[in-house]
Amino acid sequence: MRRIGIDVGGTNTDAVLIDGGSVRHAVKTATTADVLGGIRTALAELRDADGGAAADVQAVVIGTTHFTNAVIERRALQRVGALRIGLPASASLPPFVDWPEDLAALVGGVVAMVPGGHEYDGRPLVPLDHGAVRDAAKRMADAGLRSIAITAVFSPLTAACEIEAARIVREEIPHAALTLSHELGRIGLLERENVTLLNACLQDLAAHATAAFAAALAESGIAAPLYLTQNDGTIMHADLARRFPVYSFASGPTNSMRGAAFLSGLAEGVVVDVGGTTTDIGYLKGGFPREANAAVAIGGVRTLFRMPDLLSLGLGGGTEIAADGSRVGPRSVGFRLAEAALVFGGDTLTATDIAVAAGRVTLGDPRRVAALAPGFTAALLARMGAMIEEGVDRMKTEAGDVTLLAVGGGSFLIPDRVAGCDAVVRVAHHAVANAVGAAIAQASGEVDQVFTGLGRDAAIAAATAEAERRAVAAGAAAATLRLVEIEDIPLAYLPGEARRVRVRMIGDIGAPAGG
Amino acid sequence: MIRTIEREELDFLATGAWILGTGGGGSPYLSFLNMRRLYAGGVRVALLDPDALDDDEAVAVVSNMGAPLVGQERLADPDFATRPVRMMEAYLGRRFRAVMAVEIGGGNAFQPLLVAARTGLPVVDADAMGRAFPEAQMTSFAIAGLTCFPLTLADIRDNEVIVARADGWKWMERISRKVCTEVGSIAATCKAPRSGAEVKRHAILRTTTQAIRLGAAVHAARRRHDDPVAATLKAGDGKMVFRGKIADVQRRTTEGFLRGTARVEGLDDDRGSRFDLAFQNEFAVGWRDGAVAVTTPDLIAVLDSVSGEAVGTESLRYGQRVTVIALPAPPILRTPRGLDHVGPRAFGHDTDYVSLFGAADAGCAA
Repeated sequence: MRRIGIDVGGTNTDAVLIDGGSVRHAVKTATTADVLGGIRTALAELRDADGGAAADVQAVVIGTTHFTNAVIERRALQRVGALRIGLPASASLPPFVDWPEDLAALVGGVVAMVPGGHEYDGRPLVPLDHGAVRDAAKRMADAGLRSIAITAVFSPLTAACEIEAARIVREEIPHAALTLSHELGRIGLLERENVTLLNACLQDLAAHATAAFAAALAESGIAAPLYLTQNDGTIMHADLARRFPVYSFASGPTNSMRGAAFLSGLAEGVVVDVGGTTTDIGYLKGGFPREANAAVAIGGVRTLFRMPDLLSLGLGGGTEIAADGSRVGPRSVGFRLAEAALVFGGDTLTATDIAVAAGRVTLGDPRRVAALAPGFTAALLARMGAMIEEGVDRMKTEAGDVTLLAVGGGSFLIPDRVAGCDAVVRVAHHAVANAVGAAIAQASGEVDQVFTGLGRDAAIAAATAEAERRAVAAGAAAATLRLVEIEDIPLAYLPGEARRVRVRMIGDIGAPAGG
Repeated sequence: MIRTIEREELDFLATGAWILGTGGGGSPYLSFLNMRRLYAGGVRVALLDPDALDDDEAVAVVSNMGAPLVGQERLADPDFATRPVRMMEAYLGRRFRAVMAVEIGGGNAFQPLLVAARTGLPVVDADAMGRAFPEAQMTSFAIAGLTCFPLTLADIRDNEVIVARADGWKWMERISRKVCTEVGSIAATCKAPRSGAEVKRHAILRTTTQAIRLGAAVHAARRRHDDPVAATLKAGDGKMVFRGKIADVQRRTTEGFLRGTARVEGLDDDRGSRFDLAFQNEFAVGWRDGAVAVTTPDLIAVLDSVSGEAVGTESLRYGQRVTVIALPAPPILRTPRGLDHVGPRAFGHDTDYVSLFGAADAGCAA
């Protein structure tokens, strides 16, 4: 199967053509301000470079940091209507309560809280107040809002209130973009509502961007369905994905990890991605990044949804080293490495200089660091190796050795031997790992739910069946489904053997769905 | 004797109360958010030293009861917290002079502040546990043999329950827990009211101040890039028990409690040793290389070795770098009667109380 994977990063737009198990061609171009230009250039290069092979690709998959950057940089965000269903509960902490003020001011439109919602065991909290929902929708319509975020108490367990409210809102604002919290987040009302609001404020941008991606694709003459990658390393058809821009927030690191797995042929291990400023460490389980189970802040907003579990260390090729060796980082010269580091003619001692002096890597002018004593550089490399070692170990969830997959421009800082790792694999072509990760993505279904009154086995079976259903709905071929993650946690102070079960299934995309 | 709790002290209280939660008690985050919002709107809450109470003044003892998971969806709310206090006043036919927490550890440290913000009552600088415990009979008031009733309980809907009498603290726990479950496993309660004399004699005194002091020490250490664990020990007269990384965690729920064990493998000075922890919502007993090293009622807290942030029993995870510390139990919990209620045997561990803070004071009157 031929596929094109495109990674639209803040600096570079990378694209690869994958055929079966190998990378046929790779291109790297600068990301343009309108994003489109870079994609257009990359697609044209691929098409021309591969003698027409690109004409019969079955899928084009784009991974982009476009939406995350919009939130972080506070640009191209739209005002949203926030509808919370759950009164009389939670009244004192309204939507946007723990947002940074500048972002809340930019995104907050009409905020409404109405009676409704459910208990953890499926009983109604109070009946949904249809009239109050309609009044809220009218106020949102009057304010000219076209993107509405709807969040109900315990909706991940019982979504009926959100679905009914959506029906009413649609009657009042016929062309509204609606984001329902149960489609996105987990238990934890504020964090789930935050994800829902973020998703709602990106609707116009997402519609615009996906239309532009599709136009660039059509222009290139490549007639293949377009998919976007998600945080968990799977894909969604662009028509569906544009409704859920938050699902692309972490696609950068995710695609890098997935690409490393593909390029190394390993499905299990720890990926250590050493960049210029930071080292990102994440675990691969069955070829996918392990998911985070705790709140993750995006642009200062606490969220809890499907995100990879990453540990970021302040260590990279540009990390500044104190002249006496007493301090490693956390400051970094970052993207100025090529001018600031000693070996590149600068005057700042960096981790890269230490590695060059010790003969770990050949970069710039080694004579400029020849004066550094071997004992000094060896001690510093050992110290940086120990930082990586500790990070790898902190992220472990069980004892035993793992295989380390080294990627990133600063991966020469990773020693050949790392405690707790049976091998250090230096991944070839890691410069385009992100685009490769996009190209090989599959479709998934996830369930994260509290079950009561069922035994452990029955609860897991029920969650598994629902995850399968969702994976098929997302585009997976049923015959290719497999379980990639399962976790169950018993809960305190709840009767009836309550437990939270999380299950994720993935599969290859079926016949070009909807394409 | 009475002073205003300042804005930044809310942050300190959240951090300190979470440490005193000894692994349980629920996160103070949402209650803290409420207070931050109320303070932004100009509300201020007063902290009253217990000595300023007259003997016959009435004090409301409040708590939010229920499952932490439900508390993440049905969020803490000052109006909801206040209702059982108003119910109790109506039932007793008298007004309260002040309000206090039943439990300083975890989210309940903020419950009296939520009530105070709505009623204008001052918060008494005291609680009845000096930490967090899972059940109602595990209080200094129960240990002292004070009456356990009446109790008022409010639901967010128009359900209000008064437990007029109960045949002892354990009955009160069983009955109120049952009602709490029925209304969705979360309820605001006002426990048996206490007189000023009872608070002064039988409460654990000045624990709000203690929590604020602990939190302030952690925040100051972080600002200075000092070791926040060392700062916690200094501020809390605590002892370092063990430093290492979590090597294994086992959890199960029985009778509604989260029970389990965690094993820590030694690092630094403790390299080569292991430390086992048993918990029932909160940490109860710790063993160093198989020998009992520390037990409840001393406060066993597990801190992130780098950030100093307390780690809850629900979020223990393999590989975390942690430091196990002990803080001294309030004297009343160390008495023979105290140990009956909250010693290791009360949590099903067949071991005597072992303390790093000297032998228990058998003769110490409550």
